[in-house]
Amino acid sequence: MISERSSVPPADAAAKYEAVIGIECHVELKTASKMFCGCPNAFGGEPNTQVCPVCLALPGALPVPNAAAIEHMIRAGLAFDCAIPAFSKFDRKNYFYPDMPKDYQISQYDMPLTQGGVVRYWLADGTLRECRLTRIHLEEDTGKSTHAGSGDGRIAGSTYSLVDFNRAGVPLMECVSDPDIRSADEAVAFLDALKRTFVQLGISDVKMEEGSLRCDANVSLRLRGAAEYGTKTEIKNMNSFRSVHRAIQSEIERQTGLLERGERIIQETRGWDEAGGVTHSMRSKEKAHDYRYFPDPDLVPMEIDAATVERVRAALPELPIARYERYVDAYKLSVAQATQLVDNASLAEYFDRAVDSAKSPAGVLNFVLGDLSRLANESGIEVAHSKVTPEALAELVALTDAKTINSKVAKDVLVRLWNDGGSAKAIVQADGLAQVSDPAAVGAFVDAALAANPKSVADFAAGKENALKFLIGQVMKASRGTANPALVETVLRDRMR
Amino acid sequence: MASDRIDVRHVAKLARLALTESEVLRYGSQLAGLLTFVDELRGLDTEHVGATAQVVESRNVTRPDVVGPCLSREDALAGAPQAQNGFFRVPKIIAAAE
Ligand SMILES: [Zn+2]
Repeated sequence: MISERSSVPPADAAAKYEAVIGIECHVELKTASKMFCGCPNAFGGEPNTQVCPVCLALPGALPVPNAAAIEHMIRAGLAFDCAIPAFSKFDRKNYFYPDMPKDYQISQYDMPLTQGGVVRYWLADGTLRECRLTRIHLEEDTGKSTHAGSGDGRIAGSTYSLVDFNRAGVPLMECVSDPDIRSADEAVAFLDALKRTFVQLGISDVKMEEGSLRCDANVSLRLRGAAEYGTKTEIKNMNSFRSVHRAIQSEIERQTGLLERGERIIQETRGWDEAGGVTHSMRSKEKAHDYRYFPDPDLVPMEIDAATVERVRAALPELPIARYERYVDAYKLSVAQATQLVDNASLAEYFDRAVDSAKSPAGVLNFVLGDLSRLANESGIEVAHSKVTPEALAELVALTDAKTINSKVAKDVLVRLWNDGGSAKAIVQADGLAQVSDPAAVGAFVDAALAANPKSVADFAAGKENALKFLIGQVMKASRGTANPALVETVLRDRMR
Repeated sequence: MASDRIDVRHVAKLARLALTESEVLRYGSQLAGLLTFVDELRGLDTEHVGATAQVVESRNVTRPDVVGPCLSREDALAGAPQAQNGFFRVPKIIAAAE
């Protein structure tokens, strides 16, 4: 291992260079069965209990592609405006590793299922960005090896390895981006966009902790304004979005330091060391890989006709970027509010349904991100699965917006809807919770409060404004929160003048 | 006769084959013969022949996404030279980075 301590270069050096970043990520597809056999695609089984002759590469076993995985690929491709070529095929990628039983991986070389495309995404400040895709192709995952005998599960010092083939043959899509990303922030925002889109499409759970999304980054620097790319390094071993951010930032700083000292960047693969917060060279003794790709003779080509593409396109849900733009542009939500909703699809659908009947995005948003989300967190029940129907919420919003009930009463009614369901209108009517704005009715509450609190009346006369607040509170209490607070204050001041 | 058009030692290394010197020569000459044959094919007029990745005519052979039976773990491990705690046990993997 060659380690170079990276120190943060001065800001002017950082401003001199522009980072050029491309991302390659592998995403496990959500299917019932594996890519080429009927073994379950399930996480966490006992080792080697989800295996069969196909995924163990026993002689004579033949792979047959999973139709759902191919359709997932078309969905992913259409979501990002990729071209879906009419003809596509599987190739063998040949290399040796014990967690790959066939000694080749079935992948796609020159005729992937999707080509080109663009990922549109947004940054925390609302800036919209685009990153072009080179391709998304379909392949199979490998098994998992644990290096044993060394005590710490690392390769170095291990005396043997233990292999579990449960994940071998799980459908995997590899997304390769063009080098359109310019910062660690953008890289993470881009990955967020991939993640929320794949989740929305229902084609992957994208759980990094279960290894269902893994990514590598190519990083190079160039002088700001330069057209040529600099020498790039490939960073591996990043196992969370946070480590992607830290690793890219660290690599940008390391390369900036090298360039500022007049040194050369070496094209190489570097591993991210989470604990050390630096990347290490992973220079291999072997020659560059020669994967000797060739068409897999066990698998026949795929022809995707226009009708299939159109059928899949017609069934696409509203995509996260479209929903985000709708919320920000049409509903005037903040970036944070829109992101929070977009990242919780069931809450976003609930919000949309409530807005459809209430026609008041701001009012609905208040409840959805406020009290409703709080109730959901406290109870562990999703808002969409609660007893508060979007229609009941819409009624509540309409009652609040029309000032039929005040916000305090609205909160109480919401809790009752949460516990018992029903209609907001019906609760307000049955319990007489409508705001009382009739001067005579409010006057009666006021007179009672004045009679019961002579000391406060005297205090107010002596110039203590606080006494008025107390009296308003007494009136509100007596009216069970229904009295119109503004009217209460007017009447109180009037009576005590 | 070894060929200057193919690095037999490199190919053998990629295929994890330990060849003797005489094998390097023998396979080198056989592979050179194959390349000569490819040269002959190159001479054919293929202007009206489309590229193909498969010689069989069929397309789109897929299966529905349905879970089928797996092997029992005992059967899965039965052919393994070594097994341990339900895992395949293999010789240590040479470290990629030292
Ligand atoms: Zn299998």
